[in-house]
Amino acid sequence: MDNTLNQAEVEKIEHDLLNHITHRKKVHNIWLGFLLLVIAIGIFAYYRQLRYGLIVTSMRDYTSWGVYISNFVFFVAISLVGSLVSSILKLSKAEWSTPLTRLSEVIAIASIICAAIIIIVDMGRPDRFINVLIYGRIQSPIIWDVIIIATYLGLSVLLLYTSLIPDLAICRDKLTTVPKWQQKLYRILAMNWKGTPKQNAILLQISTILSITIIPVAFAIHTVTSWLFSTTWRPGWDSTNLGPYFVSGALMAGAAVIVIAMYFLRKSLFLKEYITLSHFDNMGKLLVLLSLVYLYFNINEYLGPAFKMVGVEGEHITELFTGKYAAMYWLVQIGGLILPIVVLIFKKARTPFPLMVVSFMVILGAWFKRYIIVIPSLQHPYLPIQDVDESYLHYIPSWEEWAITLASFGGVLFIITLLLRLFPLIPISETIHEKSAKNSAS
Amino acid sequence: MKKTVNNRRSFIQFGLTSGALMLAGATAFFQKIKTTSASTEKVKVLTTDGKVMEVDKAHVNEPCHPVSRTLARQGIKGKKFVMVVDLSRCRNARKCISSCEKAHNIPHDRPFIKVLRMQDNEESSPYWMPKKCFHCDNPPCVKVCPVGATYKRSDGIVLVDNERCIGCRFCMSACPYSARVFNWGEPEKPENYNCAYSPETSTPSKIGTVEKCDFCPDMIRENKLPHCITSCPNGVLYFGDKLSDSVTNGDETVRLSEMLRDKGGYRYLEELGTEPNVYYLPPVNRLFPFKEMDENDVSQSEI
Ligand code: SF4
Repeated sequence: MDNTLNQAEVEKIEHDLLNHITHRKKVHNIWLGFLLLVIAIGIFAYYRQLRYGLIVTSMRDYTSWGVYISNFVFFVAISLVGSLVSSILKLSKAEWSTPLTRLSEVIAIASIICAAIIIIVDMGRPDRFINVLIYGRIQSPIIWDVIIIATYLGLSVLLLYTSLIPDLAICRDKLTTVPKWQQKLYRILAMNWKGTPKQNAILLQISTILSITIIPVAFAIHTVTSWLFSTTWRPGWDSTNLGPYFVSGALMAGAAVIVIAMYFLRKSLFLKEYITLSHFDNMGKLLVLLSLVYLYFNINEYLGPAFKMVGVEGEHITELFTGKYAAMYWLVQIGGLILPIVVLIFKKARTPFPLMVVSFMVILGAWFKRYIIVIPSLQHPYLPIQDVDESYLHYIPSWEEWAITLASFGGVLFIITLLLRLFPLIPISETIHEKSAKNSAS
Repeated sequence: MKKTVNNRRSFIQFGLTSGALMLAGATAFFQKIKTTSASTEKVKVLTTDGKVMEVDKAHVNEPCHPVSRTLARQGIKGKKFVMVVDLSRCRNARKCISSCEKAHNIPHDRPFIKVLRMQDNEESSPYWMPKKCFHCDNPPCVKVCPVGATYKRSDGIVLVDNERCIGCRFCMSACPYSARVFNWGEPEKPENYNCAYSPETSTPSKIGTVEKCDFCPDMIRENKLPHCITSCPNGVLYFGDKLSDSVTNGDETVRLSEMLRDKGGYRYLEELGTEPNVYYLPPVNRLFPFKEMDENDVSQSEI
């Protein structure tokens, strides 16, 4: 590199950004221990489910999909963030987003892995998972989903890995105090990276191809997930709007997740110099834009049916607007969508703490929104629900379902934490590169 | 443990192929059965050489259904099964439900048949509508099943293979008629039922898999009518072959096309394009005035 940055500056950047790998704080271990505990409780709940069957959940005939499926949709949504930041923003030359790319890729990988696990948890016969490979019918939207999730996971891992290679080489060269196995890991993964012009050219080409291909795949993963619903006749699902509605909601939730991660990591990993106030300001603006798009699709989704109020579709709308689910529905729509748009228009709100709080509301809203999409629809079939036990008419998730759902959050955080223990959160070589480019420009 | 069960099953299947009611003779058989028998009730049976004998009831087995899972995918050649439900005759006797439960060893909480109280609008009078799987020609459940555990046969019947089902419940979400039920927990083992599983009998049920009305292909193969048809005291349900254009409720046999034409036959939610094979005759000129369900009726037939 023909640095316009001097050696000391480069070393400072390297030191700062590797710091969180070499210096572990006790609180991080406690955090990992806590996550393991949450996961362990979830595993115990799942053990009960394996033993007694899905009867331990509150799902029954009629409400035959519950919080597992809505949580699955949530995590698929979150996983779109990887492509949002590291492809869409990167390709649109939004340079400010560079420090956020790795974070978004890590979050994407963690949540797609957990989404895949949740879908297996939802199966009545997980022992027969192999049937999906033996007897898979390409006509079934579930098979489409399996294919696209596997593809997206593969691409995301590649995207993360290729962008990591130069940094892995730095880790290999600089981190001589870490345990032997870790040094070996860096050595193997860095694949003899020397930063020669030829290597750089190849890497640039690969990462450009990857970040372009991942966009349609990311859109597909959530569109296909929406088709699991829109290929049926259920009220609320029987809609041609569902694909873009899901995708736009996912991008909004993804942006909010990034903000929350930024807020906490910046503090706990001492990265205030690299994740700056302008990042928060920019993410805040992005969040408003994405929320507005989502609002547009929301209006499309509900206005037509609410205007016509046809049969079961009308019953479903009534249930959401004024019935059993009204409180949840309006909290989600106002607290998780309208309010964030209004609040974030003000510059003051786009500073770290308020933005983090608003993002939290968006995430909470996004989670419950999926609950509202999945569950009430199942409770309004064409034929009346009669002759069944009282418990079939309601659905309140059992403790096992909550424990497993919480464990899935624990799992996502666990994977993120582990990855951040091994790899630099902020792309080092890119940071150096950009800084020197800026210096030479000025 | 599992092995003995399988041995017993295959033994019984072997015995069945002789086609007659089984009479416990061989010592090995006695030994197998003795372990499970506790009853002292006697029944008369006819041996293969024509003699009448009295034996312990526990030693007599219902004939097992011989159709394998592979054969059960093919359907009965040259047939296309249909059902007609005459709503003007139904008075919610619920005998179809109980006979179906008995035949398929299913508990009350996941019936294959429901009798629904329907009312099309405020002005018209309510009526009872027996509803089971419609065995659609364009079945949403078959389309969505990821593993082909639910399938459509050449004779029009839609079946579930509970040894292939992965329990994803997509078919339950897809079915607009809520025809499917799920084994959320471990189903109770049917008593004295030693036959192997076949999708044609839907018995025994398995945990984590889906089930529904199967049109009783095991009965049809023996030239008998499905259990619900014969158990209805009011002749509401007709069953037959569309290709030979005849349906029967056990008492009378009629031309399907004539019946549908003359009585205004229709299919429920025709507009969904699922092409059901169950037709309804409208609840006009009723045999019984509508009576709300009596608590006692329910307790008798349901609990
Ligand atoms: S629950 Fe079973 S039968 Fe139904 S779609 Fe899933 S695998 Fe097929």
